[in-house]
Formats: sequence, structure tokens, C-alpha cells
Amino acid sequence: MLTAIIALSVLAGGCGLLLGFAAVRFRVDGDPIVARIDALLPQTQCGQCGFPGCWPYAEALAAGQAEINQCPPGGEAGIQALADLLGRDPKPLNPDNGTVRSKMVAIIDEQTCIGCTLCIQACPVDAILGAPKLMHTVIAKECTGCELCMAPCPVDCINMVPVKETLSTWKWPCPVLPGDALPDHRAAA
Amino acid sequence: MVARSLAQAPFRLWTFNGGLRLASHKAESTWAAVTHAALPKRLILPLQQHIGSAAKVIVAAGERVRKGQLLAKADGYISAGLHAPSSGTVAALREHPIAHPSGFSASCVILETDGLEEWCELPPPLADYLAVTPAELRQRVRDAGIVGLGGACFPSAVKLNPDPSVRIDLLILNGAECEPYITCDDMLMRERARQIIGGLLIMRHALQVKAAIIGIEDNKPEAYAALVRALAEYGMEVEGISIRTVPTLYPAGGEKQLLRVLTGCEVPSQGIPAEIGMVCHNVGTAAAVFDAVMEGRPLISRYVTITGDGVRNPRVLDVLIGTPISELIEQCGGYNREVKRLLMGGPMMGFALQSDEVPVAKGTNCILATGGLETEPAPVMPCIRCGACMDVCPANLLPQQLYWHARSKEFDRLQDYHLFDCIECGCCAVVCPSHIPLIQYYRFAKTEIWAQQREKQKADLARRRHEFHLERIEREKQEKAAKLRQKKAALQETFTAEDPRKAVIAAAVARATAKQADAKLVTTADAARERDT
Repeated sequence: MLTAIIALSVLAGGCGLLLGFAAVRFRVDGDPIVARIDALLPQTQCGQCGFPGCWPYAEALAAGQAEINQCPPGGEAGIQALADLLGRDPKPLNPDNGTVRSKMVAIIDEQTCIGCTLCIQACPVDAILGAPKLMHTVIAKECTGCELCMAPCPVDCINMVPVKETLSTWKWPCPVLPGDALPDHRAAA
Repeated sequence: MVARSLAQAPFRLWTFNGGLRLASHKAESTWAAVTHAALPKRLILPLQQHIGSAAKVIVAAGERVRKGQLLAKADGYISAGLHAPSSGTVAALREHPIAHPSGFSASCVILETDGLEEWCELPPPLADYLAVTPAELRQRVRDAGIVGLGGACFPSAVKLNPDPSVRIDLLILNGAECEPYITCDDMLMRERARQIIGGLLIMRHALQVKAAIIGIEDNKPEAYAALVRALAEYGMEVEGISIRTVPTLYPAGGEKQLLRVLTGCEVPSQGIPAEIGMVCHNVGTAAAVFDAVMEGRPLISRYVTITGDGVRNPRVLDVLIGTPISELIEQCGGYNREVKRLLMGGPMMGFALQSDEVPVAKGTNCILATGGLETEPAPVMPCIRCGACMDVCPANLLPQQLYWHARSKEFDRLQDYHLFDCIECGCCAVVCPSHIPLIQYYRFAKTEIWAQQREKQKADLARRRHEFHLERIEREKQEKAAKLRQKKAALQETFTAEDPRKAVIAAAVARATAKQADAKLVTTADAARERDT
């Protein structure tokens, strides 16, 4: 009896020590699920979800304080990916957060720009170049199309234009066939 | 090692999975000897005719250029320069429709020809190529703007410079030309066999290999005979080179398939032949290399087949790069009936052109105009899972699985099924009893996956930049706070230490208290006196 108690106590103590050691030694900094959610978000940093950027939205999603349908730039594919990762049911995009639009890029009308630097401060990815009282311009390659620069502009010289498709970004269209309208072979069977 | 022993082994051929025996339709365009196409009034030269970054223009509009002069230089390692195919004046640098399935326009140099055909000064011929280092040969090939003329248009100088960590044992020259209708390589082998063998010798020296095989499909006996004759004309230097016919079976001209047939070796999935010690070039590329090294001539023209039942006199022409296709059709007697489709490339792998105003590019091997009923698409029916596509797939893939996943846009699964090993040969679509346009699905899925990868890269970049942005704002805030603290501290210090005004104030305060004390003393003394009296 006593031997059994001692043996179990020693075993339990040993396991406890081992677990305690592991908890310290293999500690994971931060919440890995947040990083995985963040990897699925489009990183436009536009704030349309109601959070100040993609990472805060990811944190809110991980904590269960946000819905998965709040990201318009991610579109339907983004919602589907989040649903798969988080094990939630996919649902249509919340219209309060905006609508899915084609990819945009900001263009500064350089004739109208007065060089106030307000848009530079608003840009979440530092994609606007300029200096006080000098003309500003957008680095199109870095622009995420978040539209955050439009509101602060006092002379309304920033416009969003759709990203132009080039030879290197052109995609073959998905075949749309009369066959798609036919019943699937399983449905027909 | 394997490759080397195979090259020396007695004649033996292997097979690849599937493949199709197709009606060749080659005789239509090989009846006449190749002639030079007439010089067009204007040449349209796209800056991007190759894999890699587009060439950089170095001429200005209005400038007069001579034949062979560099118009745009290679931009980066994987790129190729562009030369003037004829003398004339640069009319403009602008967007022009090019031969691309999208039908988009791209930046082009528009050259108005003057008909003088006045050559610029060419680099000196390197007649004794064996005395030249491989690096110099590669530089010459690069300067001549040569790209793979088989259709992929990969810069040839890069392919002649394999990774030093791998050992190349075997050079293969691809003269199979397996696709129906296309005959430009066939005619090139018949008419320029000496240059092809010469180019092969130069490439062999550039790669420092001994063994080389030229592979030709057995439906080109004239080309085979011409090459054998040309080989015999060279002396001892051709030792190690063999010419082999392979059975006519589409797509035996695919790089991986030809390697398989000639050597029995498989190129690894998503790999290149260099990984198994082999390099494969097209016969046209070899001839271009010969011209560049032996004559200093850049790549400004190529053989193009103009064929199909929509053209009156199908034939092969020696065409200057940049010639509009409409002019070539004109020189072949024009369209002979209402043409339904104009294809660039063959019937299996070509793509439809939306206009005949697009120019011939370095990779253009065939213009196919079809007007018959045979091109009428049959109605598409549902997949019956017969597996015929799998039986013919020369890349050992499962086309049916790829189709299902592409249709439901499951791109991860597509990559599990090795979508990127698909060479888009079209065999599966030809045998499909339901006439499903399988290749369209694969092309769609491939470009979609590339787009997703680009988007992912862009998102990663945006994330990094946003993180940096937040970090910068935080740093600026802290720096500002630190500065403010410093200023405050400095102010405090100057206020407490050795301020003359402070001393004055202190002295005044001291005087006042002393006076007050005095007054108090006086009043106490007075009170005492009054008490006494």
C-alpha cells in the first residue's frame, strides 16, 4: 500500500517537474493562431473591418470577438479560408464593412497636390513619397489600395483607379461551357 | 554519368507513356524551298519576346538605325537584347498588339524600313571557336539576343551556363518537331544542316561536353539525310555526335519526352534536364548560335511555317522578326476562304490570335489558318471518368483528377497532383470522348495559382512595410518624448543653478525677513519698555 502511494507520488512529482520544465523551456511567445489568421488576411491595413489594421483584426478573430465576414478586400475566398482555419461556418460578407471591389491603386493628381504631407502620415505602408510643400507621389507597387489617404487630403487630389492588367498578370479565363449547365453525372444517375 | 554511358551505348530507344499518332499535315508546306519573305514597310518589335525581364530601349524615336544594330539591351541576367532586323528609321516607341493569348498590347519599337538593308558593323567572327573560352562564347550568344527557338524563348546564354555544381555529360539537339503542320525546323535541317552541326559544335565547346545527340522524328527523312551529309563534311571534330531518328509520336518533341526516348532518363518533377546532366537545345537555336559566332550576326530572322487550309499556298518563309503576320499570309497567296481561326503555333499547343496585325516574334514557329469544319467545337459533355486522358498523358499525370480539382478551384490539390508538370500538349483533350477543353482548365488553374502567389508576395510585403511603419511611429513617439524630457530637465537645471535673478530674489527675500525680524524685535523691546514704565 505504502509502496504504491510512494511510487505514484514520485511518478506524479516527476511528471510535474517535467511538465513545469517544458512549460518554461518550450514556451511559445504570442498566440500562433493570430499569426496564422494574419497570414490569410490581405494586409491592405484598410481598417474596413473596424479594427486598426489586419493584425488587430486577427487578434480579435482569435479571441472570438469578431466575425469572419468583416474583410471586404479578402473577398469570398478570404472568408472561406478563415472559415476553414477557424472551423466556423462561412457566411456572406457583412455589407456594413463594405463591398468587394476590384484591386485599386491610389494616384495623386500632381497638379493639384499642395504638399501638405497629411496623406503620407495616413498611409499604413509608407507608400507615399514627398516632403512639405513639395509634390507627393504614390509608389504604385507598394500601394495596397486601402483608401486611407483619401480622407485627409485637403484638396481632394487623390483618386483610386483600378489596377491595370498587364501581360505578366493576365490570367486564362475559367472555361464556361454549356456542359456546366448540364446535370452533373452523379446528379443524372 | 548515366547520360554519358548512354550516349556511347549502341543505338537503343526508350518510350514515354501515352502520346498520340496524329495526321502530320506537314507535306502541305514543305513542297517549296524556303525563300526570304519580302521586306515589310514597317517592323514591329516587342521588347518582351523571351522569358525574363523585358529588354531596355536604347534608341530614340526618329533615330536612323542599321541592320543588326542593337535597339534594346538585355535587362538583367535572364533577358535578351533586340536588334534591328533591317535598316531604317525608328518611327515610334509605343504599345502595339502582340501575339499573346490575351490579345493585349505591349511596348514595341516600330521601325520604318528604308529598303537599303545596310548592315551595321558586326562583331568579328570567332572562326576558331575552340580557341575562345566558353564564357566568351556565351557572351557572344547573349549579345546576339539568342533565345530558345523551339517556342519557350528562354535566353540561350543562360542555358549554356549550367550551375557549376552539376556536371553536364550530354547535349541534345531537338529536331523532333512533333506537332502537326509545323515544318520550320524540318526545312531548316534540310537547308541549313551545316550551320546546325556547326552550332552544335560551338554549343558543345561552350558546355564543355563531349557527347551530343540530334533527335529527329522518322517522318523527316530528308532532314535526316541532310544532317548526316553535313556531319560527314566536318572532320574529326564531330566525334561523339550521333544523329538518331525517333518514332513519330506526338509529343516526342517535348524536351522531357525526347530526353526520355533518347536516353531513358526522366527529368525530375518540376526540374530541368541539367539536374540529370543534360542540356537540350532546339536545332534552330544551334543555327542561330552558328551565325552569331561564325559571322557575328545577331538573331534578326527565323524560319516560319505559314500553313493550314485557310491559306492558298502554304510554305515556309525566312522571316525578319517583327514582320506583321498579315504580310506573310499575303505572300502565301492570301486567305482562301472564310478563315475561322488564326493560330500561332500548331493545332495542339497554339493559341488563337485576335488579329493578323501582330508581328512575328523570336518564338513564332508557325502560323496556322484554319477554315474547315474540323475546327468546329463539339458539344461538351460531362466527364464519364473513362480514364482515356490518363492513358495518353506523356507527363504521367492524372488529367481527370486535375480536371475535377481545377473545375472546383481546389488549387492546393492541383499542386499535389503535379499540375506544373503538365506540358499542355493537348493529348488528353483530343482523346476526351466528352470533348472537355481540359487544357483550358489547366491553363486557367496555372495562371490563377501564379496570381495567388503574386498576391501572397504582395501581402507579405505590405505586412512587413506596415510593421515597419508602426515601429517607426513608435520610435518617433519615444524619441519625441525623450527629447521633451531632456528639454524639461535642462530647463529645470538652468532655473535652479546660478541664475543671477534667483540670487537677487533670494537676497531680497532674506532682506525682507531680516527687516521683519528687526521690526518684531523693535516692537518687543517697545512693549517691554512700556511694561517697565
